Amino acid sequence: MAQDETGRQLERHERFRGEYPIEVEGLTNRFGDQVIHQDLDLKVRRGEILGVVGGSGTGKSVLMRSIIGLQHPAEGDIRVFGRSVVGTDPEQDIGIRNRWGVLFQGGALFSTLTVGENVEVPLKQFYPEIDAELRHEIARYKTILSGLPEEAVSKYPSELSGGMKKRAGLARALALDPELLFLDEPTAGLDPIGAAAFDNLTRELKETLGLTVFLITHDLDTLHEICDRVAVLADKKVIAVDTVPNLMELDHPWIQEYFNGPRGRAALTAQALDELRSHMDKPLAANVVKALDKPPAGKA
Amino acid sequence: MGGIAEYELVEGDDGGNVLVLSGPFLVSTIGQVDHDLRALDGQITKVDLSAISEIDTVGAWVACSISREFNADLTGASPRAERLIEALKDTGSKEEIGAPRLPVFERVPEAIGQKMLNARKGVYGVVGFLGALLLSIGSLIRHPKRFRWLALVRQLELVGISALPIVGLMSFLIGIVIAQQGAVQLAQFGAETLTVNLVGRITLRELGVLMTAIMVAGRSGSAFAAQIGTMRLTEEVDAMQTIGISPMEALVVPRIMAAVLMMPLLGFYAAAVAIIGGAVVGQFMLGIPFWTFLSRIQDVVPIYDLWVGLLKAPVFGLIVALAGCYHGMQVKGNSEDVGLRTTMAVVTGIFAVIVIDAFFAVFFTKVGWA
Repeated sequence: MAQDETGRQLERHERFRGEYPIEVEGLTNRFGDQVIHQDLDLKVRRGEILGVVGGSGTGKSVLMRSIIGLQHPAEGDIRVFGRSVVGTDPEQDIGIRNRWGVLFQGGALFSTLTVGENVEVPLKQFYPEIDAELRHEIARYKTILSGLPEEAVSKYPSELSGGMKKRAGLARALALDPELLFLDEPTAGLDPIGAAAFDNLTRELKETLGLTVFLITHDLDTLHEICDRVAVLADKKVIAVDTVPNLMELDHPWIQEYFNGPRGRAALTAQALDELRSHMDKPLAANVVKALDKPPAGKA
Repeated sequence: MGGIAEYELVEGDDGGNVLVLSGPFLVSTIGQVDHDLRALDGQITKVDLSAISEIDTVGAWVACSISREFNADLTGASPRAERLIEALKDTGSKEEIGAPRLPVFERVPEAIGQKMLNARKGVYGVVGFLGALLLSIGSLIRHPKRFRWLALVRQLELVGISALPIVGLMSFLIGIVIAQQGAVQLAQFGAETLTVNLVGRITLRELGVLMTAIMVAGRSGSAFAAQIGTMRLTEEVDAMQTIGISPMEALVVPRIMAAVLMMPLLGFYAAAVAIIGGAVVGQFMLGIPFWTFLSRIQDVVPIYDLWVGLLKAPVFGLIVALAGCYHGMQVKGNSEDVGLRTTMAVVTGIFAVIVIDAFFAVFFTKVGWA
């Protein structure tokens, strides 16, 4: 069962009030001889969007799988809502799985069920006492809340585009009104407009529903726009957890390369422009925006 | 308060009924109270949310629907409830959750019609597939350099060599069963020695090849369908085509050739092992010495029995492999389709083999190879 900060077990109607919904201590993951994580520590604060970045193969997804109990770590302890998830059977009810929602990279929708039925699966699993009528209503509004048109409710995943599958996956992840949301590269493979819309949706949901979000991403715009803090995975550890501006000050080669490379700069400029646009009433800002919107010839 | 969501109907200041909701209105606690609220009727002018201790979107949804249904005002909402209600404002919908489903009397005829159409499409499809296969083989004969020897050898191993243990065991046991059961019946006429004829002729002519074809359909036909089907799902087949490799030449031809080449060998091997099985029964139950049993086979089995078996075998191999590859290439959509097509490959493969075998039986009898 989930526990509060004093170790008392939470009733099913109580929300987690502790400071850290996720605490990872001394995590070590190995595949054969290959060490993925070595003595990794990470704490996620309640109510924040924590971005997790790292190069390919640094074990971002493995970290997420460890936290949600799909990957048994070699060493270390992971507590979610104060309860250790290490060594638990993924099929056993440990009283915290109804408090989190997970969006897998490809959506991981059940392909033989419609979107609406997909959203109903966790509801049926955890709260069979809910009337079918209310369950259908919940499935409908969650689908719409996730930014899908209402007709999508009765469609099968194979009839949806990649972006719509992610939204449908999000609807299922939100089915139980979770306190904690795991997103694995939600904007990967989406067009920039769709990605920006998904970012906005994530932020809105976090603010409206009071979610804590664990967000794996490669998308620099996502990091700048919506993440409260960013954890950097490198050298088998979390080498830093901080806001993006603070991270950019750090003197680590990978971090510098990542945030101050051409793409990192572009994302930063875009964000700065957005910021300036909201102050267009001030003459200096207006001039800067005008100048930057029309770059001199020869410069893209 | 505690952990239970509750409601109460009280008279308000202005004379109307006020529905007071209290306790946690969460997805985890709402089941019962939602059930009761739906049964509510009468007049309600206000819904008071001020006694709600915790609320999530499901609670907000239920409160909203109640206020909409009775045209009542929502009062006393906490800032969080306010926010949730605002977020849910435009999310009402009447869309069906399940995929559209017709009533039974329309669905059944439609399904039958669909089946007929599919059967026709399937026949056309298989004939077309066979044509494409022949074209590929033709073009491979003109350009023998393109032929994939390595793939063929690999498939020969998978279809043939690795099937030896299971085909052998199966045939040995079948030989034993035929000899033992046959002997029991023949003993009634005092003709136990005819067991040799029975075992020799039935295995070489029919059962050796037929049982092997069924085994190959189960082992290799299904594998062909699943492998090619998965490659279609992961777009490997499309990738091949864009690189200029014909999937027909690279995937289908080696598999079909492997089955056509290996089936006679496997069929003969199966018949031989079955005869050995029969000879073992002869030795221990009928008093016919092992070597006598084998040498008697030469005398009592006409040589055309062997030809009948060996002529049928490549045809069976072609049918089984064709069914596997055809259904594999037909996979589209999702992983469920792979399973469905694999099953169909095995079922249609075995069915077609048995139908063709019946034709063969009549044919060979008519030409005098009885």
